[in-house]
Amino acid sequence: MYDKQVRRRRAVLALLVAVSLILLTAYFGESPGSPLHSVQRGIVEVLSPIQEGASKALKPFRDIAGWFSDTLHAKSERDQLRKEVQTYRAELAQAQSAETQNVQLTKEIGLDQSNSIQAYSPVGAHVISRDPTLWYATIEVDKGSDDGVHVDDPVMGDGGLVGKISTAGATYSIVTLITDHTFAVTAQVQDQYGDTGVLVAAVGNPNQLLLQYLPRRAPIQVGQQVVTAGFTSGPLESLYPPGIPIGQVSNASQANLQNNAEVQVNPVADLRHLDSVQILTHTHAGTQRAQLP
Amino acid sequence: MTDVRLPLRLIALAFAAVVVQEAAISQVSIFGVNADITPLVVMSVGLLAGSMAGAVMGFGTGLFVDMVLVQTLGVTSLLYIAIGYWAGRLRELRDPAHGLVPLAMGAASTAFAGIGMAVVQFLLGVDAPVSFLLVQQIFITVLVNTLIALPVYALVRRILRPALPDDPRRRRRRAYTTGGLSPLQRPSRGLGPLPRSSAR
Repeated sequence: MYDKQVRRRRAVLALLVAVSLILLTAYFGESPGSPLHSVQRGIVEVLSPIQEGASKALKPFRDIAGWFSDTLHAKSERDQLRKEVQTYRAELAQAQSAETQNVQLTKEIGLDQSNSIQAYSPVGAHVISRDPTLWYATIEVDKGSDDGVHVDDPVMGDGGLVGKISTAGATYSIVTLITDHTFAVTAQVQDQYGDTGVLVAAVGNPNQLLLQYLPRRAPIQVGQQVVTAGFTSGPLESLYPPGIPIGQVSNASQANLQNNAEVQVNPVADLRHLDSVQILTHTHAGTQRAQLP
Repeated sequence: MTDVRLPLRLIALAFAAVVVQEAAISQVSIFGVNADITPLVVMSVGLLAGSMAGAVMGFGTGLFVDMVLVQTLGVTSLLYIAIGYWAGRLRELRDPAHGLVPLAMGAASTAFAGIGMAVVQFLLGVDAPVSFLLVQQIFITVLVNTLIALPVYALVRRILRPALPDDPRRRRRRAYTTGGLSPLQRPSRGLGPLPRSSAR
């Protein structure tokens, strides 16, 4: 009797492990349109309204917990923000002067004024769930293809680029965050030379990005802004419109630039506290209009 | 009746745990990390219901997590099977009665889930440096989960208790109060009358 129980227990364990391994292997080797992916998307589609309801119902508890957490960090954050305000005041004066100049010059040469976020038909969405693992790669939002969302649409939030749509269901979408190891975007440092590189995630560190393939003698300084480059090369065009803030250079040691041609960047958006995002559904609108005679 | 009630409660528990985790808990940052109740729930089921129920619960919860998060299927379930199974084996082999066992098991299961997930991600080809921050985050997550392990265990026990055939605590208490583990251990009538305390 005891032997039978032991055998049964071991058989169940072996079966479960085998099923997990088969699923893992099959899923890993399949394309996104394969049956397993379709089943997964179908289940997420069904669960999406439940998660949305749960997210709304549990918001007060989340807010209370968030309040305690925020209070703990408030003092250090206040001191840091005061320093930043001083820096930004100086930059604002310069920017206002540059903006005035820009408006005048734009009028003079007759450039299209539609290169703003509104030109990309942004769709507002709420975050209904997120990946709790340390790898912190995805969030789920409550807008999908019914709202005009497509795969690869850029997603903004908290004043900066957050990621892109990797799966678009009818009523939900999965956003791959900029801290995911599969994510890469052409980015530009806003210095006088506009040095361009490829921004990738420092996986395992959700607060850090790496801007790679920079010129080895680029005069990049800590604190400089990094934005999307939005390149166009013949028929090829970046998924991301130009000028979307991504982050600030946090470490630009000359040794690292010389040896690895990269600098470290802190994302503008606080990816751990996103409540709502904007999905840019017509990212090439500005470019198309610019190409018209 | 009991045979049907336990699976139903386990399914409801797995569903509720994953939905609450994704909709609320994973959106609250504590010391820069998020608590994760899913390995704690699987560990609690293993401790309360045994290795087989623990392993099945681990598989189901893990698969559900992978489904909801649109991750590679099978990764989390593989890790959670081990957590549920070993928690259940601990119960079957040692029959732990100490109140702090869920605390230690919660820490161990969270550490296993964190390190295991990192190892699987590396094996799947994620190009990630083993940074100090990664180790630090695993450590803090273990601490946070350890703090909530006891309430989660108490909640799971409260939910499963009516459907459980045999709770180790109750069995032990019964053994002390009735003077024996089972009627088979009571002295037979041929050996004389029962003592007053046992007969009562």
